[in-house]
This record gives sequence, C-alpha cells and structure tokens, in this order.
Amino acid sequence: MTTVSQAVDSATASATRTAVCAYDRLTPDLGVAALVGGQQVAIFRLSDGEVYAVQNLCPFSGAYVLSRGITGTRGDVPTIASPIYKQVFSLLTGECLVTMDKEPKPGIAPDLAVYPVTVDNGQVYIDLAGGE
Amino acid sequence: MSDTKKIVVVGGGMVAHRFVEAMRDRDTDGQYSVTVLAEEPRAPYDRVALTSYFTHKDPDALALGDPSLWEDELVTLERDALVESIDREAHSVTDRYGREHGYDHLVLATGSYAWSPPVEGSDLPGVFVYRTVDDVAELRRYVEDRSKGLGRPVRGAVIGGGLLGLEAAGALQELGATSTVIQFADRLMNLQVDEGGGQALTRLIEKLGVTVKCNTATTAIKPGKDGSAGSLEFADGGSQLVDVVVFATGVRPRDELGRTAGLDMGERGGVVVDDTCLTADPDVSAIGEVACIQGSCIGLIAPGNTMAEIAVDRLLGGDSTFPGADTSAKLKLLGVDVASFGDAFAKTPGALELTYADPVAGVYKKLVVTDDARTLLGGILVGDASAYASLRPLVGSEVGGDPAGWLLPEGSVERPNVELPDEAGVCSCNNVSAGAIRGAVTEHGCTDLAGVKACTKAGTSCGSCLPLVKKIVGTELEKSGIEISNALCEHFDMSRAQLFSAIQVSELRTFSEIIERFGTGRGCDLCKPAIGSILASLYNEHVLAQDRAALQDTNDRVMANMQKDGTYSVVPRVPGGEILPEHLILIGQIAQDFGLYTKITGGQRIDMFGARLEQLPSIWKRLVDAGMESGHAYGKSLRTVKSCVGSTWCRYGVQDSVGMAIALELRYRGLRSPHKLKLGVSGCARECAEARGKDVGVIATDAGWNVYVGGNGGFTPKHAVLLVEDVDDETVFKVIDRYLMYYIRTADRLQRTAPWQEEHEGGLEAIREVILEDSLGICADLDEHMARHIDTYEDEWKAVLNDPERLAQFTSFVNAPDQPDPSLAYVEQRGQRRPATQDERDSGAVLIAPSTLEVRS
Ligand code: SRM
Ligand SMILES: Cc1cc2nc3c(=O)[nH]c(=O)nc-3n(C[C@H](O)[C@H](O)[C@H](O)COP(=O)(O)OP(=O)(O)OC[C@H]3O[C@@H](n4cnc5c(N)ncnc54)[C@H](O)[C@@H]3O)c2cc1C
Ligand code: SF4
Ligand code: FES
Repeated sequence: MTTVSQAVDSATASATRTAVCAYDRLTPDLGVAALVGGQQVAIFRLSDGEVYAVQNLCPFSGAYVLSRGITGTRGDVPTIASPIYKQVFSLLTGECLVTMDKEPKPGIAPDLAVYPVTVDNGQVYIDLAGGE
Repeated sequence: MSDTKKIVVVGGGMVAHRFVEAMRDRDTDGQYSVTVLAEEPRAPYDRVALTSYFTHKDPDALALGDPSLWEDELVTLERDALVESIDREAHSVTDRYGREHGYDHLVLATGSYAWSPPVEGSDLPGVFVYRTVDDVAELRRYVEDRSKGLGRPVRGAVIGGGLLGLEAAGALQELGATSTVIQFADRLMNLQVDEGGGQALTRLIEKLGVTVKCNTATTAIKPGKDGSAGSLEFADGGSQLVDVVVFATGVRPRDELGRTAGLDMGERGGVVVDDTCLTADPDVSAIGEVACIQGSCIGLIAPGNTMAEIAVDRLLGGDSTFPGADTSAKLKLLGVDVASFGDAFAKTPGALELTYADPVAGVYKKLVVTDDARTLLGGILVGDASAYASLRPLVGSEVGGDPAGWLLPEGSVERPNVELPDEAGVCSCNNVSAGAIRGAVTEHGCTDLAGVKACTKAGTSCGSCLPLVKKIVGTELEKSGIEISNALCEHFDMSRAQLFSAIQVSELRTFSEIIERFGTGRGCDLCKPAIGSILASLYNEHVLAQDRAALQDTNDRVMANMQKDGTYSVVPRVPGGEILPEHLILIGQIAQDFGLYTKITGGQRIDMFGARLEQLPSIWKRLVDAGMESGHAYGKSLRTVKSCVGSTWCRYGVQDSVGMAIALELRYRGLRSPHKLKLGVSGCARECAEARGKDVGVIATDAGWNVYVGGNGGFTPKHAVLLVEDVDDETVFKVIDRYLMYYIRTADRLQRTAPWQEEHEGGLEAIREVILEDSLGICADLDEHMARHIDTYEDEWKAVLNDPERLAQFTSFVNAPDQPDPSLAYVEQRGQRRPATQDERDSGAVLIAPSTLEVRS
C-alpha cells in the first residue's frame, strides 16, 4: 500500500526527503521517534494506514516524548495526546486542540510542526523542509 | 478591639458548635468574641453519630465541621469547664475551678442528660446510660472485659424501645453481646410509628437476633454474685438474667443553671424562651435541647441548629423567628429502615391515611394526606425508607401524580416527579432548603455533590438527605447546561461500568470490534486506556498483547513510569516491604551500572529513576533473572501492600502482618482496575502500617483481622471504614476478593474506592449486602473471576523479555535504535544525578551526559 498523506510536489520532495524506516516497521496506532538531520520527529501510522509526522518535542513539558503519546480522533481529526500532561494535538495541522489549562514552556509555541510524509516502495520518507 | 462584645456559651455540644460556626461565618466585622465553656474534656462532636464510636473507636471520626474554627482569634474553647453558677446581675458565670467569666450575652446550650427511671439497682456496676463519648467508651470496655471474664457472650438488655434504645441494642450486638429490648409501651418506637408500623418493626428487629419484650415494666435490677448487675425483674413477675443493662428511657433538659439563676422553667423542665430564643432576661438566650420553645424541649438536632442560627441572627440585628420544629426522624440501625415524618399519626382533622403492608417482605408504609388526597401531611415508612429523603421535604406540598407510587415497591409504579418548592427543607440536620441547594449550583458555581456539600453543609450530618441532594444537584446542573453525561468520551456514550458489562457479555476482545459494536469513530486517549484496562481486568492477558499496546496509557505502554524528561523509573515488587539482602544489593548494582537515581518510595520499595526507554529491557532482564518481578508502579492496578513488622518481631503484634501482606500482594498482583489499588496490613491496633489510609486496610485483632475499606490519601484523604470484624485469613481473602471485583466492575473511569463507595447507591451498606449477603446473586461469579485472575497471573516484564517483537518497541529512534535522546542532561546533587533545570542548561553548568553503557543484551 502506498499512502501519501500530505500532497507534496514530488520534485521538491525528492530533493529534501529522508528515508527513516520500512513502512512495515510501524505498528498501527503506535508512534516511533526518528532522528532526521539531527531533529527528533514523531511518526505515526494510524489504523486506516495513513502516516503522519510531527515534532517529537512536547511544548508543554519540554520533553521529547510525543512519539509515545496516544493516537485518537476528535471528530474527524486524527490526533496525538502527549504522554506527559495529556494535551491533544491535531496530526493534520499540529494545532493544540486541548491545552488542559496549561501554558507551553517559555519560548515554545503551543502548536506542533508537521512534516510531510511519503511512502514509496515500502519506505517511509520525511521531508523536513516541508515543515514550517 | 475594646468594643468587641463578649458572648459566653455554656455547654460544648452540637448546638453550641453550630452557634459558634454560624457566628464566625456571619459576624464578619468581629462584633463578638465567643467563649465556650464545655463540661466534656473534648471539642464538640457529632453526638448523632455516637453509636459509630463503638466500632470506630476514633473520636476524630466524630469531629464536627472544620477544626480550625477553634483556632479563630475570636473563639475560645475551655474544655472540662463545667459551669456551676450564673450571676445575672454581675453578668458573669463561675466554673468548677472558681474562675469567673464575664459576659455581655450569655447562651445556655447545656443540652440534656440521659434520664433513667428510679428503678432499684440502677446504680449497680454494669448499668449504663448512653449520651457521651465517655459513656460509650465505658460501656464498650465493660462488655469486652465481661466477655473475657465470663468466657461466653455477654447478655445485654436495653431498657427503652425508642430510637435510641434500638440503636443501643444494635451496638450491643456489634460488641458481641446478645441483646433484649424491654419496652414499656405496646410497641417499639411508639412516638414515631403506629401499630401497623410497630408490628413490622418488631419483626425486623427480631430478624437481627434481638429479642423484643413490649408491655413490660422493669421493677428492679438485682445484683449477681459479684455484686454487679445480674438479673432484671419485671412487673408481671417475670425475670431475666443479664450481664449489662443500658437505659435508653429518654432525656431531660439540663436546666439546673437556669433554675438556680431564677429563669422561667417549662412545665416539664427546660429554660423557657420566646421564638427568638431569648429568655425573660434579654442578655440570656437558650438554644438546643435545654430550651423550652413553643411549650416543649425537643430532643433532635435539627431544631437545635435552627435555634443556634436564630440566636446568631438576632445578635447580629436580624429578625428571624423559630418556625416550629420538624420532628421527622429516621432510625440509624443497620438493616432496619424506619422513618417517620410530619403528621405521622394523622392528627390533622379530615386527614386520610394510605397504607401499604407486605408482612412477608417486612414492609409497612403509610402516607397521611389531606382530605382531597392532594397535599402530603406526613408518613411512616418501615422496612423500606428509600422514599424518606424525597417525601419529608414534600410535607405541606402537593404529592403530585398517584401517591401510591411512593408506597409500592420501587419500580412497580412510577414515583411522581415533583419539583420541590425552593423553600422546602431538604437537609433538616443543617436546615438547608431546596432553594439553597439550587443556589449553590446556579450562584456559587458548584459543579458536583462534594462542592454543594461543602458550600451548603447539606448532607454533612446524618446523611439521610443525600440521595435527594444529589438528585437536585443533578437536575440543576442539567438545567444550567452543564454536561453531567456519564459518557466516557465522544466515542462511547456509556459510563465505564456500562461498557464493562457490555464487553463482558459480548465477549469481544479487541478494541476495533468493541468500538465498532458499542461506539463510534476510532477512539482517543480517554476511551482507549479505559478499554485496555477493562480487557486486562476481564481476561488478564498481557498489556502489550495483540493490538493492546496502542490502547495503553503512557506508563502501561512501556511498563514503567514516565518522568518529566521522558525517561522512566523502575520499581520492582517488594511484597509487604520484605526484601532479601541480595535483592537490595542487585538494585544498588543496577543503579550504579546505569547511573540511576535511587529513592525509597512511600510504598515501601525502591525506585530507580532516569532509565531510558531503550535501557528498560536490559535493566529488567537483570531483575527478572534474579527472581524479582514488576511492581506495577505504573499500572492502574494493585500497587503495594504496605505492612508493619507484626507479631514476628514487634512486642505488641498480635498477628503476622508481614505474612498477611505478602499473601495479599501475591494474590492481587497485576490486577488491573479503574484506578490504582493500595492495601495495608497492621499487626495490631497501633496501626503502624497506616492501613486505614488504604483502599483496603487489614488490622490484626486478638481474634483475627478487621477489614476496612475505602481509604484514600491524595487530595481528599479518607479513613477506610470497617467492613468485617475479627475474621480469619480465609474470610479476609474472600471479602477482599469480592470487594475489589465488584469495584472493578462498577466504578467509573479513574474513580478510586473511597468516592466509589460513597457514591454507590445505598453506600457501603448496599455494597456490604452485595458482597456479604449476595443480594445481587453475583458472589459466585465474583469469586470465580478473582480465582481466574490469580491462576493466570504472569510477570509482565518476564513475558516481554521473551518476545522479540515486543522488545522492538523499546528503542529510542527507529532509525538509530541505540542512540540516547540527545536532549537529556543531568547535574549532580547529593551524590546522585538529577535532570538539569532550564537555567542550568542555559548557563552551561556542568552537565553529565546520559550514560552510554551498553544497552542491548
Ligand atoms: C514514587 C512515589 C513517591 C515516592 O517516591 O515515595 C509516588 C509517585 C507518584 N505518584 Fe504517588 N507515589 C507514591 C506513593 C503514593 C502514596 C503513598 C502510599 O501509597 O502509601 C499516595 C497516597 C495514598 C493513596 O494513593 O491514596 C500517593 C498518592 C498519589 C496520587 C493521589 C491519588 C488520589 O486518589 O487522589 C496520585 C495522582 C493520581 O494517581 O492520579 C499519585 C501519582 C503519582 C505519580 C504517578 C505522578 C505521575 O503521574 O507521574 C508519581 C509517579 C512517579 C514515578 O514515576 O514513580 N500519587 N502516592 C510513591 C510510590 C509508591 C510505590 O512504591 O509504588
Ligand atoms: C446516641 C444518640 C443518637 C442520636 N441520634 C439522633 C438522630 O438520629 N437525630 C437527631 O435529630 N438527634 C439525635 N440525637 C440527639 C442529638 O444528639 C441532640 O439533639 C443534640 O446533641 C442536642 O444538642 P445540644 O447542643 O442541645 O446538647 P448536647 O449535644 O447534649 O450538648 C450539651 C453539652 O453541654 C454540656 N453541659 C451541660 N451542662 C453544662 C454546664 N453546666 N457547664 C458546661 N457544660 C455543660 C454537656 O456536657 C454537653 O456536652 C441522638 C443522641 C444520642 C445520644
Ligand atoms: S507527591 Fe506529588 S511530587 Fe511527590 S511523588 Fe507524589 S505526585 Fe510526585
Ligand atoms: S438531613 Fe441529616 S444530613 Fe441532611
């Protein structure tokens, strides 16, 4: 199965994207962390087969843990809940949907960076440059 | 402060307490200081709950309100300060030490004394009355000593078959004595129930094993061989052997001070007051049982509290007056439901009586209504008083619908759904109206029962009004649009308890099947862990089995507790706190090798902090190889069973608490539940294991074990409450098996045992019936479920170590499996390492990099 979760122009994609692992290495609904060009990225394969990638840094605790959060949905939006204080973020836009009445750590934005993911030939690629 | 006026209150009982509390609440400008002169050697306590002191033996459990009241600058409490005289002219009273206390205003709140008829032998040892903590303590000690001396159960008799007498008979039985109630009138509780009610009541009391003798006048108590009470003689010539006698023959006002001070006395005693609680002397009020108001002294707390509020209001310039007493009453005796309210004897002209009796079920109910059958006047409920809380406030209002709905067994005809008028009194103990409860929600922003209780005091005394308070709060919250839906989350429209039985009955075992059948969408961080936990409770399969890993909450997912920096702590099980030296050494060795911070936990075991995800398997391999296992410090499951040293070493221990704690910990280890579970076992009543602060506390007695349930630390600490007494090991296991299983099946998500037990319909009493008397017929099922849990237990960590697929989850980065998280940074403190703070990172202080020890094994 080949899934493209974010529409990306394939020319730019091939220039900056990095292979991280085989698609089969991902367990449905469980995240993994990856080191991409020195950056920590959290990657999720959901039960419908889609793959998403966001920053691994949890803005509310300052720890690199989002890959170990719980996936879910709020309405139709696929989400990830931080394992530390349970803030909920959209996997589509990175927006923080539930702040649990907390402020992010000083100097960190509440919303997450999202990175385009492509799956080619059973390989998962992350495009760091595609993130904001 | 020179213009502060001084109030002296004589008597430190319940009504005095309410007076001081109301004064401090409302006298916001500090116009008055209050000095309470109390005869008893303790702060005012909850006399209404006195009987519970037989079992709890804990005077603090009887505390009234917030103890900080007595620390208020404007409040002075003198204990052990019996007042002996009043000098009204000099505006001063003198206590037993000859100290004089001047007053601007004097409040008499001396209550009543327990009266016993002038029967020969009423001063013999072994004859008691029942009014104060000291009375109860003495009675208890006497019964215990007697039964030891006699080597057989003590024969008890209670003279008087009213509310108090029946409570006392129950208490004697709790102490292991047999009991007979001797009643002069033709039926029990003759002041509250009519003949039909009396018959039903006698049957209920006899069912408890108490013997009832009505129409019987006691003429003498004769001493036995040792000079203490030995037998009773009756007017009809009969007699009965006894070892202990309790008089519960009524109370008389303690009006001696008022009498000698020349105040007006009621016909049958009591200091006469007007509707504002003032005596003929404008500087002296009387409140509570000592006051003769509207012609009588009233032996109930509710009117006393009302008088206290009125006296305060008047002193502060208000104009409230006594509205007349509500003499409704409910018997507080386990297993015997009796209540009477309003015009129970249909004395109102033209009143109609509707009755329902089911002699087989032991139920008798009567409603008294106006001649048009529309307005409720009063009633009597025996055998099933569940409607009491709803009906009592309705007195004087329209019953609405078919009044039979209140009489027939619950559920057979729908009960009329009436909206109580705002002025209807809901909590009579604390004089709280339906309007005040509504106001707590609408104006004071309370969003749950606990908040409303704290805000209005409703339901904080006898508790009989709680079901109604809860209902009003629920309705009000719903009206104000506050969602009190018990839906788990947007994906499941059911409460956890409903979902539990749905999953159990459907036998579905995967999240996808369950959400497809009972929910919508794909789940979230609320329903996934709840279902993960339910599946684990039901089948005891591995938390990481099949699709389960993705359901688990943060800590269960990797079987360790995540710390603030994303590393984990490791806690091996140390059952009962007993640990082998070689295991201590191993823990120390592992901590050194991996550079982990170590600390003794509050649960009597050792925590190692700072382990990285990828290090967990190698750490656990060394622990498991040495015979240690997971301590489930991460699970909503059994945590620890705390223990004291017990009889093996301690000079006071009466049972082997460590052995019991280990047995319990091994029995329930790995048991997944709605919230964490903690147990404690103490080897004697000194309670060094703090077992009553645990979900289940087991405390050794000379004869076996007492089991307490529903204790909690945390934000709202609660002492556990006695469930069974003096039982053997087998019974300890059996009752705990059932208690825990029933909790697991019916509690809400993240609801601990204390609130579960409190909010369970019918409270602990109903839970007791379910697990001890099998009232739901589920005990065999609960037993079997627990037996299956115990049989199928396996160490979670050991299982993971044998499974390469699951081990693959324990990597730091999917594309760099052994590379530590580069963001981790530590500093040294007191010889160990701890996470660096942001300032330390920014300042570039000496950081210790994450340890680079080999992590794969
Ligand atoms: C380690 C320990 C503190 C210590 O160093 O002593 C501890 C640590 C934590 N406790 Fe605790 N509690 C520890 C004993 C207690 C005790 C004392 C006891 O068990 O005798 C209590 C009060 C008793 C009780 O539970 O009623 C206690 C009441 C809580 C509560 C409040 C629970 C409540 O019902 O309100 C929480 C919060 C919660 O669970 O929601 C909590 C939560 C926590 C958490 C899980 C907070 C968190 O989410 O991270 C801490 C985990 C740290 C970790 O990773 O290990 N901890 N915690 C203790 C572990 C004992 C053990 O060996 O397993
Ligand atoms: C076992 C039991 C169960 C009960 N159950 C219920 C119930 O379910 N519902 C209900 O409504 N009521 C119940 N009552 C009655 C209720 O407890 C009383 O109505 C209430 O305590 C009256 O309060 P009070 O302050 O007027 O008197 P008390 O609480 O009796 O307080 C008077 C205090 O004044 C002290 N005192 C007396 N003289 C002096 C003096 N000269 N100097 C200093 N101090 C003095 C006394 O020592 C006493 O501590 C029960 C009573 C008992 C004993
Ligand atoms: S008391 Fe608070 S800070 Fe201390 S261990 Fe428990 S949860 Fe953590
Ligand atoms: S009626 Fe007793 S606490 Fe409310």
